[in-house]
Amino acid sequence: MRDFFTVSILVATIASGIRLATPYLLAGLGETIGQRSGVLNLGVDGVMQLSAFFSYWAVLETDNLWLGMVIGLVVGLVMGVIYAVVTVVLKAQQGISGIGIFLFGLGFSDLMFRRQVGTPKPANQLPEIPIPLLSDIPWVGEALFEHSVVTYAAFATVPLLAWMLRSTTFGMNIRAVGENPQAADSLGVSVAWNRTFAILIGNGMAGLAGAALVLELGIFQPNLTNGLGFIAVALVYFGAWRPVGIMSGALLYGLVAAVVLQWKAQGIIPRGASDIAAMAPAVLTILALIILAGRVQAPAALTRPFSRH
Amino acid sequence: MTSNRHLLRLLALLFSFGLIAAACGDSTDDTSADAGETAESDADSDSEDADAGGDTLTMAIVAPSASDDLAFTQSMIESIEALDRDIDLQVTDGTFVVDDAAAAIRGYAEDGVEVIVAHGTQFGGPLTEIAPEFPETTFIWGTSSDTQGLENVFAYYPAADQGGYVNGVLAAAISESGKIGVVGPVEAGDAVAYINGFAQGAMDSGDVEVAITYTGSFSDVALMAEAAQAHLSNDVDVLTGSSQAVVGAVGVASENGVPWFGTQANQVPLDGELVVASQVYHWEVVLVEMLDLRDSGTLGGQAFEITLENGGLEIEFNDGYELPEGAREAADAAIAGIIDGSVDTGA
Repeated sequence: MRDFFTVSILVATIASGIRLATPYLLAGLGETIGQRSGVLNLGVDGVMQLSAFFSYWAVLETDNLWLGMVIGLVVGLVMGVIYAVVTVVLKAQQGISGIGIFLFGLGFSDLMFRRQVGTPKPANQLPEIPIPLLSDIPWVGEALFEHSVVTYAAFATVPLLAWMLRSTTFGMNIRAVGENPQAADSLGVSVAWNRTFAILIGNGMAGLAGAALVLELGIFQPNLTNGLGFIAVALVYFGAWRPVGIMSGALLYGLVAAVVLQWKAQGIIPRGASDIAAMAPAVLTILALIILAGRVQAPAALTRPFSRH
Repeated sequence: MTSNRHLLRLLALLFSFGLIAAACGDSTDDTSADAGETAESDADSDSEDADAGGDTLTMAIVAPSASDDLAFTQSMIESIEALDRDIDLQVTDGTFVVDDAAAAIRGYAEDGVEVIVAHGTQFGGPLTEIAPEFPETTFIWGTSSDTQGLENVFAYYPAADQGGYVNGVLAAAISESGKIGVVGPVEAGDAVAYINGFAQGAMDSGDVEVAITYTGSFSDVALMAEAAQAHLSNDVDVLTGSSQAVVGAVGVASENGVPWFGTQANQVPLDGELVVASQVYHWEVVLVEMLDLRDSGTLGGQAFEITLENGGLEIEFNDGYELPEGAREAADAAIAGIIDGSVDTGA
């Protein structure tokens, strides 16, 4: 255990936790916006799979990481348009529609990978970009300020979204249509358009999360997300529909996973307990959800399609 | 009322789309092994071939990961393609859900496929129900060291500890820090055999520490990558691992210039410079015996093991990686010792 509390190991563990947290954070923040408007999207994982594949494919073909990120975003937006049509225009049951999107993303990304790439091939990875001056701060610099541009962007989005939800007209409209769409509608706020924009933001961020995941790894494999999108949805509840809460949940999940890996590497966790320890992040999240149950309230109109009549 | 009809139609369409795509993802391919002949593409024609008693043997594989995963499933596909027989081979891969695999196995049996390979330890449960219902069909199941008492099931298992031991000897020769990292999925099957053999080989060859991490998942690529990162932060300078999720860990090795040892299939395509050697499975060695037994009327009931001695396991070295002096000789000596029984892999 003494080895774990050395500076270099602690720094490496925190950096690892932040890397692991990034896709959860991006996807969770996006899902928060959607849910605040009253739309649940269980298809986050499928959107991430699709965008991960298309980002990877783009980078594999062009070596252009920026293009990979843009493709990830565009794929997310396209899926957002589809989901908005299904849930907002046609008022379909959101849970079932989301599962449909997930199944489509899982299967289609797998199919495309087999047809277009075949065997796993390494692609360019997102480089770590040390932030000048900040990365020179002893200990803290290496842990917090030597990450990829996507990681910085994900954490920078937290205050931005918090401000947007709290202080802008658009943010207040989103909250209004998620809490009481009838009242918002009677005041002239378009429930359909606000929910559509929220879905687009959510799916766009899920697309970026998929791109971030695959471009950090530099390789794609069928079912790459491994259920990550579903955990992101759970983190929205964990974070009580607030960006800072989502960030706390994502960091907790990532850091616990990183600590468990580090303890396994150092032999602190005995091999016999390895599989049990692997469940630690999920168990902690469930415990937190149990503790929070009843203390936080979901948007009142969550999962309820809006109709004037 | 009209909008409800639209809604139902759309939901039906969306589900159909999703399910079709998911089904396409668990791809079912039809390919011809050996002789380079074009495969018959539908199961009916396979059955006709079988019924007609022609020379073409109909075979099918049901496997959990992709056919070209550079690991477990690819090793079996390549082995069947290497058989010196006229085989009409069908493949259903990506069946990580056991119920899906069971449906595929049953479907092939109902279609009259003569030999069905259930390529995954986890398929053993469904096989105990399906195999007795199709007594004329031969089922080949692994990795497992026993047939569960089923008369029409052959079992197969790799002595993965043997190749692991040899890779461990090489890793100890390469390591300068004296610390070697291993990443694995769950502590079971050939993964644990490989990893235990690797650790034994490394420790028998020098004063080295071997740190082992099981992530708890066969498919979490990101977690496997971070497990490799955790090893590197502890001054590990050589890495190895088992399962189809190691592609993430190989990426970490590449990014940090750390040598990597592979298993199941040759992993040089993942990094032509840093993959030192791979233990490659040649299942064809035991498949030949199984099919010969079937020809003579024995449809199953025996278990087979691939080893360095019978040629089922092979260490494929990467010519693009320059080994330190004496390392290759040490590896060759370990191989010879394992074959003649003078080396104990600790299995």
